[in-house]
Amino acid sequence: MTRPQLRQHTGPAATRLLGFGSSQGNRVVTNDDLSRRVDTSDEWIRQRVGIIERRLADEDQSLVDMAVEAGAKAVANSGLAPSDVDTVIVATCTLPGFIPNASAQTADRIGVKAAAAFDLNAACAGFPYAVNVASELVRGGSARRVLVIGAERFTEWIDWDDRANCIIFADGSGAAVLGPADEPGVGPLAAGSAGDLVDMIGLTERGHIYQEGRSVFRWATTRVAPIAERAVELAGLRLSDIDVLVAHQANLRIVESLAKKLRARGAREDMVVADDIVHSGNTSAASIPIALDHMKSAGRINTGDVMLLVGFGAGLSYSAQVVICP
Amino acid sequence: MSNEEILKELRAIVEEVAGVSPEDITEEKSFVDDLDVDSLSMVEIAVQAEDKFGVKIPDDQLANLKTVGDAVSYIATNK
Ligand SMILES: CC(C)(COP(=O)(O)OP(=O)(O)OC[C@H]1O[C@@H](n2cnc3c(N)ncnc32)[C@H](O)[C@@H]1OP(=O)(O)O)[C@@H](O)C(=O)NCCC(=O)NCCS
Repeated sequence: MTRPQLRQHTGPAATRLLGFGSSQGNRVVTNDDLSRRVDTSDEWIRQRVGIIERRLADEDQSLVDMAVEAGAKAVANSGLAPSDVDTVIVATCTLPGFIPNASAQTADRIGVKAAAAFDLNAACAGFPYAVNVASELVRGGSARRVLVIGAERFTEWIDWDDRANCIIFADGSGAAVLGPADEPGVGPLAAGSAGDLVDMIGLTERGHIYQEGRSVFRWATTRVAPIAERAVELAGLRLSDIDVLVAHQANLRIVESLAKKLRARGAREDMVVADDIVHSGNTSAASIPIALDHMKSAGRINTGDVMLLVGFGAGLSYSAQVVICP
Repeated sequence: MSNEEILKELRAIVEEVAGVSPEDITEEKSFVDDLDVDSLSMVEIAVQAEDKFGVKIPDDQLANLKTVGDAVSYIATNK
């Protein structure tokens, strides 16, 4: 008897992003609002983190509600129907519990029936990771079109009396659809982790987020630029080819420091640098796709732009890749 | 490396990171109060100083470096 022969298959060689969507709550919290509660000021917050206001989910708006809205918009903006999508990935680190996951219910509510669906947790580095997994699923022939969503609801994870953290984090969701392409539109992932620094960002016993702000700042302003550069190299490009830098919106000072370092290494002065944190706050895995959607809608990025995505955060985890703007 | 040489290099770093003009950067000046260099810029200055002088300036030590002179003597003793 001959042994049964397993089949493995491959999909299209190239993939690209097809469109973006996003969702944020209607609650706008200004720095002055926060300074009525904790000892801080508009000037301090603008100077240290660059945030002017942040958006929080409405009282009755769940993480999944935001993921559904962002995902549905991304599908529509890609010129597709939900039935054209077969896989949904939600990158998140603020789901209230591990069961059920966010992706299955999100897929169903958008109308992607019986989707392959799973969540992915790489904290603020989640979106580039998820885009990469999506791209490899398509290239490997396991999926045809993948909806990649970043969604976070930090409201419950913030100690609103802790002035070092309540000024930074916010809620929201951003999404992108990925599918087969004639030409490569998603570069390889440059990713890694520093698990020895796990204690730098975590939860307190009461379940509130804490971080060693200064150490995180030091790490982010020294270790992230080389990852970004590596992603450009892996894509076979030079830093001068990059039209747009969309880094995780952790702190505007970190983003500006990264842009400065990349420019010193050859990136162009006219490279567009995402600064969505100014009005959105830090939304972890959602910050990159929210920025992409806002910038596309505002005409700040255009079809064909070469964009460098860079995520970094709790874990510590980091990830970067080059994508072409749909 | 003499203290004068350390100060000269440190001036260049502080100017580059925080945009302070070099002539204002003298030993008695406080980074935060006189030069308007905040705690995050101090981190960036420390990182560059580590590279330049081959010293380690951990975050908890950094908090003790109040004046430019503090930084110069820390670098002189620890490099
Ligand atoms: C969190 C962060 C803004 C704090 O800034 P910092 O300068 O490191 O703050 P520190 O805790 O060292 O405090 C510096 C001073 O500001 C004060 N301070 C802290 N938070 C404050 C606030 N919200 N308003 C006013 N003053 C504040 C501190 O009490 C301290 O005062 P002191 O020097 O008189 O004691 C900053 O470290 C940061 O953004 N780090 C990066 C974090 C990040 O991006 N995380 C996301 C990763 S995904």
